[in-house]
Amino acid sequence: MKERLMSGNEAVAIGAIKAGCRFFAGYPITPSTDLAERMSKLLPEVGGAFIQMEDELGSIGAIIGASLTGSKAMTATSGPGFSLMQEGIGFASFSEIPIVVVDVQRVGPSTGIPTYPSQGDIMQARWGTHGSHPIIALYPSSVKESYDLIFTAFNFSEKYRVPVIFISDEVIGHMREKITVDDSHVVFERKKPEVPKEDYLPFDSRYEVPPLANFGEGYRFHVTGLTHDETGFPTSDPVKAERLMERLQRKILNHLDEIFLYETFLVEDADILIVSYGVVARSAKEAILELREKGLKVGLFRPITIWPSSEKVLKDLASNRRVFVFEMNLGQYVHEVERIVKKKVEFYGKENGEIISPEEIESCILKSL
Amino acid sequence: MKTEIRLAGSGGQGIILASILLAEAASIYDQKNVLQSQVYGAAARGEISKADVIISDSEIYFPEVRSPDILLTLTQDSYDTFIKHIKLTTLIIVDDFYVKTIDKSLNNYVFSITDIALNTTQKRISSNIVALGIISGLTGVVSLDALTETIKNHFKEGVQKNIEALYMGYKIGIGGKNG
Repeated sequence: MKERLMSGNEAVAIGAIKAGCRFFAGYPITPSTDLAERMSKLLPEVGGAFIQMEDELGSIGAIIGASLTGSKAMTATSGPGFSLMQEGIGFASFSEIPIVVVDVQRVGPSTGIPTYPSQGDIMQARWGTHGSHPIIALYPSSVKESYDLIFTAFNFSEKYRVPVIFISDEVIGHMREKITVDDSHVVFERKKPEVPKEDYLPFDSRYEVPPLANFGEGYRFHVTGLTHDETGFPTSDPVKAERLMERLQRKILNHLDEIFLYETFLVEDADILIVSYGVVARSAKEAILELREKGLKVGLFRPITIWPSSEKVLKDLASNRRVFVFEMNLGQYVHEVERIVKKKVEFYGKENGEIISPEEIESCILKSL
Repeated sequence: MKTEIRLAGSGGQGIILASILLAEAASIYDQKNVLQSQVYGAAARGEISKADVIISDSEIYFPEVRSPDILLTLTQDSYDTFIKHIKLTTLIIVDDFYVKTIDKSLNNYVFSITDIALNTTQKRISSNIVALGIISGLTGVVSLDALTETIKNHFKEGVQKNIEALYMGYKIGIGGKNG
């Protein structure tokens, strides 16, 4: 147990190593480069491998390959690189290969403003790749939570055989806070097959999450982005396709109790509910304290698991309360909130490189009264 | 109690390092809540360099400094730029080696920071450490012991010289407070 001052990106790197990450492939991009840099130093110390790839397509391919050999694997990027990785993320999602993709958001669209924060990748994290694919996306709001949550990211990825998108932003990634680096976190190890090699089905539909053999240990199986049967070979049989698609949804959505993480702040007596996440949730907390001084009962719902949503949690919190969404984009998560709460939602967003300040949040709410 | 501190100067003067040392001292050794952030630009040597440190007894939410309680400026450029974002009560620490023109209506505390660095360690680069000593002596926002421990922990070489620079800064900081 040791207290240390470090940045969010550094906390992710140190946590990833402790969570068992032994392979990193990436292509440098602000504001995630310092995370890769840290991994390049830490991985060799624990016998892991770090590769700077030729681009983001190569990076995502390399971590998928590494994961198939049994190594916990991660990459880190920002919006523009995240766009390039979408094809690989779709492949990993459909072929159920555990990977962790860190996306430290900067201003977009396109290459935008490299050194300033945004929250413009929220929808891309969910729908950047095509088809009805399962995905989990987590978003911390502090350095300590960056450390804690990267364990969760690896654990969910290995447990559910699914890509986990670890979303952060330039502010959370670069600011420094004090954290305690400890070994108290539970680390989940991938389930390996116990059947004889000739009986192994890598996509065995009797399981929600079939055990995954490591390439190189004698289990021969086929991995493809085509719709596949239980053996992993391509099929165009609608019955088999249906069975696979249904299981891919079920393996995640049946476990929302575990997967959906969130924080509430002063909601018990609140008449007004603010929904915000990442760095903006920090502004919201300050605004809430100020507004309470003025006699307004305001509370916060902060999704930590951005995808998938828990309809029940948000519906319950939003009932009998006015709902405001603040995010650093021109309207992304607000659509999910509207879909779930099915009533008028007030929205304020911007994507100009500035953090939404407590004063902006306060004045939005005061003006609406 | 929450204190917002902005350190500013020119790239190469060790502003970012000073902010990390200050944050480490206040958080690890003084056991306060601290948040440090810096401008992440292409500013290399010669450009304006800025870093912010928030030190608080309670939890820190919003991570940015808007109007600092304490402003350190090691260059004229940074002085002119950052006095635009202060309060009437902001305590401004100025290095007279580089800052020649000041707005006398403000709460300026002028010290010969670079000269003291040159006299103590024979290196201009130590002015950031002298400045940390001044901040401690003048404002008490961070303890001298905490800064000393941080420097011991942080530097592999030149620990003694840096501690000397820190103490010199602390001494004139205390003097500045009394004067």
